[in-house]
Amino acid sequence: MDDVFSSFDLVLRAFWLTLQLLVLSGVASLLLGTLLAALRVGPVKVLNRLGTLYVSVVRNTPLLVMFIFVFIASPTLDLFVGTPFLVKGVIALTIYTSAFVCEAVRSGINSVSLGQAEAARAIGLTFGGTMREVILPQAFRATVPPLASVLIALAKNTSVAAAFGLMEATARMRFFTNNNANDRVLIFLTFAIGYIIIVEVMSAGAYSFERRWRVAR
Amino acid sequence: MTSLLFDVPGPRTRARHRIYSVAAWLLVAAIVAAAVWRMQTEGQLDYDKWEPLLTPEYIRVILVDGLLNTLRMAALAVLFALAFGIVFGIGKLSDHRWVRIPCWLVVEFFRAVPLLLLIIFIFYRFGIGDGIGAYWSVVIGLTLYNGSVLAEIFRAGVLAVPKGQSEAAYAIGMRKTQVMATVLLPQAVKIMIPAIISQCVVALKDTSLGYYIGAPGLTAIGKPIYVEFKNQVQMAIAIAALYIVANLVLSYLANLAQRRFVGERRKPLDVSMAGRTDRDTGIFKGGS
Repeated sequence: MDDVFSSFDLVLRAFWLTLQLLVLSGVASLLLGTLLAALRVGPVKVLNRLGTLYVSVVRNTPLLVMFIFVFIASPTLDLFVGTPFLVKGVIALTIYTSAFVCEAVRSGINSVSLGQAEAARAIGLTFGGTMREVILPQAFRATVPPLASVLIALAKNTSVAAAFGLMEATARMRFFTNNNANDRVLIFLTFAIGYIIIVEVMSAGAYSFERRWRVAR
Repeated sequence: MTSLLFDVPGPRTRARHRIYSVAAWLLVAAIVAAAVWRMQTEGQLDYDKWEPLLTPEYIRVILVDGLLNTLRMAALAVLFALAFGIVFGIGKLSDHRWVRIPCWLVVEFFRAVPLLLLIIFIFYRFGIGDGIGAYWSVVIGLTLYNGSVLAEIFRAGVLAVPKGQSEAAYAIGMRKTQVMATVLLPQAVKIMIPAIISQCVVALKDTSLGYYIGAPGLTAIGKPIYVEFKNQVQMAIAIAALYIVANLVLSYLANLAQRRFVGERRKPLDVSMAGRTDRDTGIFKGGS
């Protein structure tokens, strides 16, 4: 255990990498996921189906297999050869998480009742007005809780990168347990607490956003 | 078709949508063509790269040592997790604080910790040498994680039974245990079945994490084959396809169960996210 505390900067650096993975792939999958959701709710049939196909393929593939595609299979196709590991990790996490973001956003949009849109059109709002004033504000609020759980799942999923050579928190724990066989429980708890802090902060943040934006239905 | 986002399209809009459709089809065709071309130029379409996937012995290894082990691990883990979930889910509903708080702590802890971290810890603490081995390390890790999620599902399921049911049961003089066992649980199970089956999908996907500690299963069986044949792309596609098929079968069962037991209109069960405790929110269960 002394080993862990004397080199605590290694622990912090590992969690810093975890946070980098989380933030970068979080932002990227929010963008990609929203785009996919737009395809799925849009009027063009082909794009609907493409979005659906993407979501059902990606959601049913384990994240680890996604990492195998990016880290092990892609180089044989001469893809991502010189790419830094962090970027490759972000790519794998983004492909995976964007499918869940898409579902969260879509469920948010679908939760607005049709009558709202019809009423907005009936009082003569334009398309832009309907979206801006009526539908998107409600859809956005309904999207916050599911998006928060998707992002919390992402925070935990960054640990899979440990299996592919990224020295983030989980890989660092493995490193410490190797050298300190007697303190494995304490080392595990140290790293577990790190993750719990990340999860709790995200959850508390989501909850306060949700409370601020909650509307009576 | 009127939808939330747009009115019934007129002739000009329909014409524009046709143009979008054609453009989308062309884009898809271009992507597929580029992928095939890339595989062709890198020699990935050669027969010897696909050969292991067409040879009966390898197919047997992939299906029996790979898929069967994966399914067995997932099934065992789900069974144990159900037991764990019932105990801790009901524990969280207990009237006694000394039962409720420990149960709450255990469930919150295992839900907030990444499963891979848990599996690695179990393996290097208990699994190596004369220990329980990689297989059981994965099963136990999956049990603790999915059990905690199921505990939350059980709790939400019991709470979703209309209040009048338990009030009526108490009114006719039943005891707490009787109310739970004969009135609340049977009704709660019906509500929970779809959520439980979607958790099975999560458990099945998470068996792939055994790769890190060398547990048997699809991802582990793939490695020696692609090391030998240098057919990483093909093996990855095969593994992904097997997982997808297995999960789609499960999801199909979930839909069936949803229709059979819950009815189509009812919303899926609310289960709060990890780190969220007793504040019930959310209409959607997030990712794994």
